[in-house]
Amino acid sequence: METLTLLQWIFDALTGLGLLLLAWRALASPQLLRAIVLFVAFGLLMAIAWVRLDAPDIALAEVAIGAGLTGALLLAALARLPAAEIVQNGADQAGNPNYAVRIFVWLPLVLLPIVAVGLGYAVLSFPPSSEGLSVEVAANLDKDGVSNPVTAVLLNFRGYDTLLEILVLLLALLGVWSLGGLPPRPAVPAGPVLDTLTRFLTPVVILLAVYLLWVGARAPGGAFQAGAVLGAGGVLLLLAGWRPHPGFSQLPLRLVLVAGPSLFLVTALITIVMGRSLLDYPPERAGILMLFLETAATLSIGITLAALFVGERPRDKGN
Amino acid sequence: MTLSDYVAAPLLIFGTVFFLAGTVGLIRFPDVYTRLHALTKSDNVGLGLVLAGLAVQAESWFIVGKLMLIWLLVLLAGASIAHLIAKGAMQRGVQMWRR
Repeated sequence: METLTLLQWIFDALTGLGLLLLAWRALASPQLLRAIVLFVAFGLLMAIAWVRLDAPDIALAEVAIGAGLTGALLLAALARLPAAEIVQNGADQAGNPNYAVRIFVWLPLVLLPIVAVGLGYAVLSFPPSSEGLSVEVAANLDKDGVSNPVTAVLLNFRGYDTLLEILVLLLALLGVWSLGGLPPRPAVPAGPVLDTLTRFLTPVVILLAVYLLWVGARAPGGAFQAGAVLGAGGVLLLLAGWRPHPGFSQLPLRLVLVAGPSLFLVTALITIVMGRSLLDYPPERAGILMLFLETAATLSIGITLAALFVGERPRDKGN
Repeated sequence: MTLSDYVAAPLLIFGTVFFLAGTVGLIRFPDVYTRLHALTKSDNVGLGLVLAGLAVQAESWFIVGKLMLIWLLVLLAGASIAHLIAKGAMQRGVQMWRR
């Protein structure tokens, strides 16, 4: 048992040091492509850290959204920045240091120790072991239709958090669409390997998303993880050269995008009209209600993430 | 230690040896094509051995199935992505290493 504890301690220490190293290299790398790859590696190692902290739900979300989809979005953004390699850390095109950057260098140097001391104080002032709200969550689990405490907190006890998160995602897409004028992605022929891989993986991805959504009621999983997997499938399809039928890229696309948020809002309104508080579901219907909400949220999250990867607003049929 | 542990331990250890060899190859080999070769071959076998070791210790056939599925998906994705990276390098004119 002693050696096992020592091994775990070494593993955790290496993970923590690796995270710091990767974070530093990702931030300090003058090459944007290298920085993105390091950021993805950071996300993967972060997921391992979450697993070690007994938080598989966050690990899944970190791997799917933090490493996978954010990495894809960053790469998509990089592909559209033809001038990106010229602008390097704090220097303009002629290589002169950017004075605004140089002057503000002291600001993080002052702020970082303050934040570090504050965080250290906060962590050290925690009681060594605390149950927090977990007792109350466990006591109320039977009232709310699912047995996974994380899903219960996300969808029921603090459903408004999830509602706002989905709205933030929608707002992000609206922001990207409003920017407009993006250069269209160059159409690269997929080639037989990527094409076959995509054809094989697409049904697997859909099955996995449904599984994650379904299992979220009892075990790690849920709408965000399932949505991220769905979004990643969309990214894969888009990379392989697939484009949605023009008939689906206007009203049907927008309906799917708002399905999750609007179903959430309608449920919130109904719960208020029924005289309960916001998103406080009647216990006997909570399970089925949350399944509906999560299904709509999964679809919206997945399509929103894929649409973010595309970037440009679907054109009207006229032009 | 039970019998399954005695079966699992060599599998797990051999698996990590393959991962180590792949990592050394990734660092030491001279160009992108040879690095891909080192990485994919050893990771596929290394992961297969590690998952086999875990499958021996698994509590149910359901978990064994999940582990097999993970291996198959990684095999498929790893081989395809190695091909795509190599193709991308060829198209960008990355020269192959010559002694």
